[in-house]
Amino acid sequence: MATAAITAEREHYLNKEYGIQSWLLTTDHKRIALLYLISITFFFFIGGFFALLIRLELLTPAGDLVQADTYNKLFSMHGQVMIFFFLIPSIPAVLGNFLVPLMIGARDLAFPRINLLSWYLYVIAGLIYIHCIVTGGVDTGWTFYTPFSTAFSNTKVVEAGLALFIAGFSSILTGLNFVVTIHRMRAPGMTWSRLPLFIWAHYATSIIQLLGTPVLAITLVLVVFERAFHLGIFDPTRGGDPLLFQHLFWFYSHPAVYIMILPSMGVVTEIVPCFSRKRIFGYNFVAMSSIAIAVFGFLVWAHHMFVAGISLYSALIFSILSYLVAVPSAIKVFNWTATMYKGSITFSTPMLYAFGFIGLFTMGGLTGLFLAALGIDVHVTDTYFVVAHFHYIMVGGAVMGYMAGMHFWWPKISGRMYPEAWGRLAALIVFLGFNLTFFPQFILGYLGMPRRYWQYPPEFQVLNVLSTAGSTILAVGYVLPMVYFLWSMRYGKIAEDNPWGASGLEWKTASPPPTFNFDEIPEVTWEAYDYEHIPAPAEVPVER
Amino acid sequence: MFDNFPLWPVRASTGAGNVDALYIFLVLLSGFMSVAIFTMILVFAMRYRRRRGVEAEQIEGSTALEITWSVIPLGIFMVIFFWGAIIYFQERTPPKGATEVYVVAKQWMWKLQHQEGQREINELHVPVGRDVKLIMTSQDVIHSFYVPAFRIKQDVLPGRYTTAWFRATKPGVYHLFCAEYCGTMHSGMIGQIVVMEPAQYEGWLAGGATFGSLAANGESIFQQLGCPTCHRADTQGRGPNLVGIFGRQVQLEDGRTVVADENYIRESILSPSAKIVSGFKPIMPVFQGLVSEEQLNALVEYVKSLNPPPSGAAGGQGVPLPPTKPRI
Repeated sequence: MATAAITAEREHYLNKEYGIQSWLLTTDHKRIALLYLISITFFFFIGGFFALLIRLELLTPAGDLVQADTYNKLFSMHGQVMIFFFLIPSIPAVLGNFLVPLMIGARDLAFPRINLLSWYLYVIAGLIYIHCIVTGGVDTGWTFYTPFSTAFSNTKVVEAGLALFIAGFSSILTGLNFVVTIHRMRAPGMTWSRLPLFIWAHYATSIIQLLGTPVLAITLVLVVFERAFHLGIFDPTRGGDPLLFQHLFWFYSHPAVYIMILPSMGVVTEIVPCFSRKRIFGYNFVAMSSIAIAVFGFLVWAHHMFVAGISLYSALIFSILSYLVAVPSAIKVFNWTATMYKGSITFSTPMLYAFGFIGLFTMGGLTGLFLAALGIDVHVTDTYFVVAHFHYIMVGGAVMGYMAGMHFWWPKISGRMYPEAWGRLAALIVFLGFNLTFFPQFILGYLGMPRRYWQYPPEFQVLNVLSTAGSTILAVGYVLPMVYFLWSMRYGKIAEDNPWGASGLEWKTASPPPTFNFDEIPEVTWEAYDYEHIPAPAEVPVER
Repeated sequence: MFDNFPLWPVRASTGAGNVDALYIFLVLLSGFMSVAIFTMILVFAMRYRRRRGVEAEQIEGSTALEITWSVIPLGIFMVIFFWGAIIYFQERTPPKGATEVYVVAKQWMWKLQHQEGQREINELHVPVGRDVKLIMTSQDVIHSFYVPAFRIKQDVLPGRYTTAWFRATKPGVYHLFCAEYCGTMHSGMIGQIVVMEPAQYEGWLAGGATFGSLAANGESIFQQLGCPTCHRADTQGRGPNLVGIFGRQVQLEDGRTVVADENYIRESILSPSAKIVSGFKPIMPVFQGLVSEEQLNALVEYVKSLNPPPSGAAGGQGVPLPPTKPRI
């Protein structure tokens, strides 16, 4: 076991080279992961800032803090920033980038330069989008519904569309890189049935990125063409069909939800066995449920359109398919729970976030059953019920999973431990703040408060005040980890190679790993989650 | 209970109770499921927390359990699906003989036209206990007609009609919201549904300024635009005879048959050559951009009024009407 002094001098991916060039021209997947980490954190706080302004405006029924047009831009840009510049790249481009090669025993991704290219595309898209924000912004909602976006909005629709078009290619290239890497670069003995479930989840995610994102790209091109050249595609006064846009848009944007949630499920599937000291319950079912979600996820898009004017019979079909996609999600929740049975459980920060994920994802999933029920959807769609539902999935689920993963792999990424007590406190604050922010919105939605409302009838005020109060608590919960992660890079305790006693290959190399990950490519002779043969860490974390 | 802190929306239509019943069922079901899962996690977390000298027991999984917790939820899901589908079916099928109200949405107001001729803006008066069918279209972007107290919502699209219906059960004033984001004053595109006792409602109908019935209004537009030159009430016209056409199947030039509903009549006025009735030539001028949505509604209502009232049941719906041999 290396001592602290020797570890500090050992060469690894962080200290191998210094200087701005060594970062901007790197092809090391771990450095690119950190470039992504910095970029998406930047956008997360921009999107979060918009969210806080939205919540402050809704503190009172009257529209008084900002103008109506400003408010419309705030929620539009909050959605676009959070979805396209934070959530979609979050786990795949940061944790996935860092971990996919490490977990399968490879020295890098299959296409290291394409990996760097995908980050540059992301940055170009981000710069265009920031230019769009500071020169006026966009007010179409994140959904770009036509004919509003093509014929009525006076804002920068073309520029926003261009930014998201480019960001889409960044996402496609990441997906492509992962698919090829997982197929071709696995270490000897790392068979498909020995892969960590984090890899299975990323494989499923990558397939959606590859097959779904091009449809979004085409749709955005059509929007821009109709807006700029007045082609009649979606606008009925020019012979187009506005529902065609919704079909195309949701064909990508529903599966996009799974791009956000599947990697989080993968993270939780690594953490629950580790802190239960047990193999995962039902490996094959958890792996196949990821694939099932990716496949069925492509067949449910029109459940966003039950009141949009689609036929009665297509609504019936999309409703029943939506229930089918709920089954694999339920399977995952049951398997995580069963994994804890007869375990030896400790409550470190990553495990607390994983508990938070399971709880909030369960509530998000169960409220999805309400929305898939046609008769209920008519009443609650386009209200705050939907807003609450997708925040439970995308913030309560995806962001919780991302935070769980960041804490779990931070020792590997940085070589330092974060302060455990602060970590647990932040997890608790996020959980409480989240529920206070979003639970009242379920009630608001059933009462009938429509979404995207700048002003609202006074009877909705109390619940809105609760929600705004929660959002400030949530903000504290998100700022805290950023502070102590930065603090730990200098002052944190030096991390061991495998501080959690975890099973993955990434823990069998040094913390932080050397540039080419492994001094010697490992030969895998064991199954994933082989906790029977891994001693629990002697000291961390000890429960009384 | 509290004026500024309600926890349940008012229930003021025949359909609202059905939606609430399924909703309560789902709240109980998901409450039960959440409590069950959270309790399991808490119990396991306490019962199996790490102790010195106690190792975890390695368990591979159980196919029987996996099948159980896949099939049972699927069964429950199917119950919810059918229940939800039945409610949706009722919501989407307006009863025969419903009073019709035409709705025109635009940025950012609701314009409503009663069959009797009354026009309203951002306000709709209806009597208790009568089926009301809304025939809606938009002048610009997509809007959505949403009345939480009735639990109904329907997007309102430019370029076509969508419909919704309700039967109010309780006098009162209820919110009308636009639920589809439509630009700057989306949140200002609100109005109210005033539900009145039938007698009161008759008083309100009689009291307002009238412009003549909607159909009569439509007839004068029909005359002004010169439509009767070709659409004559006999077989000699260059266009189809419109008497009795509404709701019937018509044979098209290309062999298809379509039902002559509101959307078909609308399309045949705006872009007549889209679906030419068999035996006629595409000679009718295009009216796209020449008639307002309100005039269009009146024209549609006029064509509907040409159906002789008693023959509706006797004529037998769905029998193709030979287009060149009109019945008078």
